[in-house]
Amino acid sequence: MSTIQAAFSACHERGEKALVVFVTAGDPDLAELPGILEALEEGGADVIEIGLPFSDPIADGPSIQASSQRALDRGVRPLDALKVLASAKGKVPRIVMGYINTVLQPGLESFADQALAAGVSGSILCDVTPEEAGDWIDVSRNKGLDTVFLAAPTSTDARLDLVVERGRGFIYAVSRTGVTGKGQQTFVEARELVSRLRSRTDLPIAVGFGISKPDDVRAVCEFADGAVVGSLIVDFLAEHWKGGAGREELVAMVRDLKAATKAV
Amino acid sequence: MMTSPDARGRFGQFGGRFVPETLIPALDQLENEFNQAWSEDAFRREFATLLSEYVGRPTPITEARRISEATGLHVVMKREDLNHTGAHKINNALGQALLARRMGKTRIIAETGAGQHGVATATVCALFGLKCVVYMGEEDCRRQSLNVFRMKLMGAEVVPVSSGTKTLKDALNEAMRDWVTNVRDTHYIIGTAAGPHPYPFMVREFQRVIGDEARSQYLERYGRLPEVGIACVGGGSNAIGFFAAFYGDPDVRLLGVEAGGLGVSSGSHAAPLTAGTPGVLHGSYSYMMQDEAGQVLPTHSMSAGLDYPGVGAEHSHLMASGRATYRAANDDEALDAFRRVAELEGIIPAFESAHAFVPVFDGSLEPGTRVLVNLSGRGDKDMGMAVDLLKL
Ligand SMILES: Cc1ncc(COP(=O)(O)O)c(C=O)c1O
Repeated sequence: MSTIQAAFSACHERGEKALVVFVTAGDPDLAELPGILEALEEGGADVIEIGLPFSDPIADGPSIQASSQRALDRGVRPLDALKVLASAKGKVPRIVMGYINTVLQPGLESFADQALAAGVSGSILCDVTPEEAGDWIDVSRNKGLDTVFLAAPTSTDARLDLVVERGRGFIYAVSRTGVTGKGQQTFVEARELVSRLRSRTDLPIAVGFGISKPDDVRAVCEFADGAVVGSLIVDFLAEHWKGGAGREELVAMVRDLKAATKAV
Repeated sequence: MMTSPDARGRFGQFGGRFVPETLIPALDQLENEFNQAWSEDAFRREFATLLSEYVGRPTPITEARRISEATGLHVVMKREDLNHTGAHKINNALGQALLARRMGKTRIIAETGAGQHGVATATVCALFGLKCVVYMGEEDCRRQSLNVFRMKLMGAEVVPVSSGTKTLKDALNEAMRDWVTNVRDTHYIIGTAAGPHPYPFMVREFQRVIGDEARSQYLERYGRLPEVGIACVGGGSNAIGFFAAFYGDPDVRLLGVEAGGLGVSSGSHAAPLTAGTPGVLHGSYSYMMQDEAGQVLPTHSMSAGLDYPGVGAEHSHLMASGRATYRAANDDEALDAFRRVAELEGIIPAFESAHAFVPVFDGSLEPGTRVLVNLSGRGDKDMGMAVDLLKL
C-alpha cells in the first residue's frame, strides 16, 4: 500500500478521517518551508500537498493564484522547491500539486527522480485527466509515485471509472464546479459525487475546494475519508506566518481542523 | 497530409486536452455537437446565410496594384477587413454562438486582447439575445478603451482582469476559471485556434471560409493559384482558416508571420513558433514562450491581437511537418508596412494584419512571386496608437 493510502488507513483505524492541507512552495519564502511543514504536522495534518508555483494556474481561485504569483515573484523555481523539501524532516506523506508544464519541461523522468529524492509520495496535476496522463502514469508507476486524479461533479460515470482505475493514493473529489478558494457551500454535490465514487473504488476519497473552516471539515467528513484545506492555510501563512512568529497560531488552527475530522 | 486531429484531439504530437476534469464533459459535449452540426446541411446553410446577410460575405479579393508595382511582386489581398465588426473574428464567434444556442447554453463568455474578438462576441450575443461576459486584461482595457465601450454598448459585461500580466493570456485564464465555475449554462467562445480540443479544429473549420473563398476567387480571377499565401499569426485563427483551403495544393507555400516585437533576440516579442519551445498552455500542447522551468514568459507586441505567448496546435504541426513556414516581423517593420499599405492602396490594415505585409515589403520574396495576403482586419481600432507612433 502506498504511504498516502496508508495515512488514510491509519486515520480510519483511529476512528477519524484524514486532514489534507495545502501550502505553496515559496510563499512565504522557500527557506520557511521546513518550519511550516513541521508546524502543520504538529497540528495534526495527515497528508501535505506542496503546491508548485505556476504562472498560469487556471484551476485556482484568487488565494492560491496570488500565492503562486508571490512565490514566482520571489524567484522560486519548482525544482528548487523539491531540493528544499528533501531537507525538510517529517513523517507525513507529501504530494506535489501543480500543473503539467512544470513536470514536462524538466522531463518526466527527471522530475520524477527529483520528486523521489525529495521524499515525495505522489502528484496531483490539476490540468491533467487520466486520458492525457499516460506517460506520466507509466513513469510514476515505475518510480513508485502515486498519481492522484480529480473527480468532478460534472464527471460522467464512464469518467469516474477512468479516474478510479488510473488513480493511486486517493481520489480527489472536487466539491463543486469551480476553482480552488474559500466559499460558502452546502456540499450537496460533493456528497453525491463521493457516493458515486464509493461504489467504484476502495481507494480513499478526500473532498477539496471551498473547505475553509472546521465546520466544513466536519460536514465533509460525514461522507468522505478526508478533507483538503488549501486557501485558508495559504492566506494565513501570507498574513500571519511572519518568519515563524505565527507558528503557534498555525498549529492551533490546524489542530481545530483536525479535531473536526474526529467528530463523526 | 493529415487534416483533422486524431481521436485524442492531436495534430501530430500537438494539441490534446489539458484542462481540469470539471471541463471535460463540456468539451465532449462541444465536440459532439460541433461534429453533428457540421455534418448537417441545415446548420451549414444557417451559418452561410448569416455570414452573407449579417457579416457581409463573401469578402472580395483585391489586387494591390501599387504595392505590386512598388515591390515587383504580384500581390493580392483577401479582404477580411470588410467583414462586419472589422475583422475575421466574427466568422468564428458566429459559428460558436450558433452551437451554444443548439446546446441550450444561455450565457457566453469570451476573452479578448485588442478587443476585436470581444466585440465580435458581443455582437453575435446581441444578435441572438445571449448574455455575454468578456474578460479583458486591465492593461488592454486601457489601451483599447473604444472597444470596451463598443462591447458595453451592445449589452456585454466587460470584466477587467488584474491577475498575472493583465493582458490576453490572463484574460484567457480568467475566462477558463469562469467556465469551470459556470460550465452548466455557459459556453466559452475562445477567439483563436488555440485551447483544448475541439477548439483548434472547430475554430479552423469556422474560419476556413476565408481560405475557401480566397482560393476559388483567385482561381476564377487569375486561372491559377498563388505561389505564396501569407497570414499573421497570433493564436492562429485567421492563418489557419486561410491555410486550410490550400493543404491539397503543395505548390502553394504557406507563410505565417508572428509578432517579433522589439526583435526575437531581444526577448521582447510574441513569436512562440519562431523562438519558443513546446509545452502546455491553456489546455493544449503546442509551441509557447516559456523559461526552462515551464513558466510562461511575458510577451511584447505593439499589436495587442498578436501579443500572446502560445499558438494553435495545428500551426505547431504544420511547422513540424514543413507544410507551412513561420517567421517573425518586428514592431517597426509592421508599422512601416501599416503605413505603406495605407499610402499605396488606401486601405488601413489592423496592426496585426500589417505584420502579414512585412514579407511583401522586405525583399524576402523572389521578384514576380504571386502572393496572396490575408488582410485579417481593418485598422480603425489602432488609430490611437498610430497617432502616437507615427509623427505625421
Ligand atoms: C485583425 C486581427 N488579425 C489577427 C489577429 C490575431 O488572431 P489570430 O491569430 O487568431 O487570427 C487579431 C486578434 O485580435 C485581429 O484582431
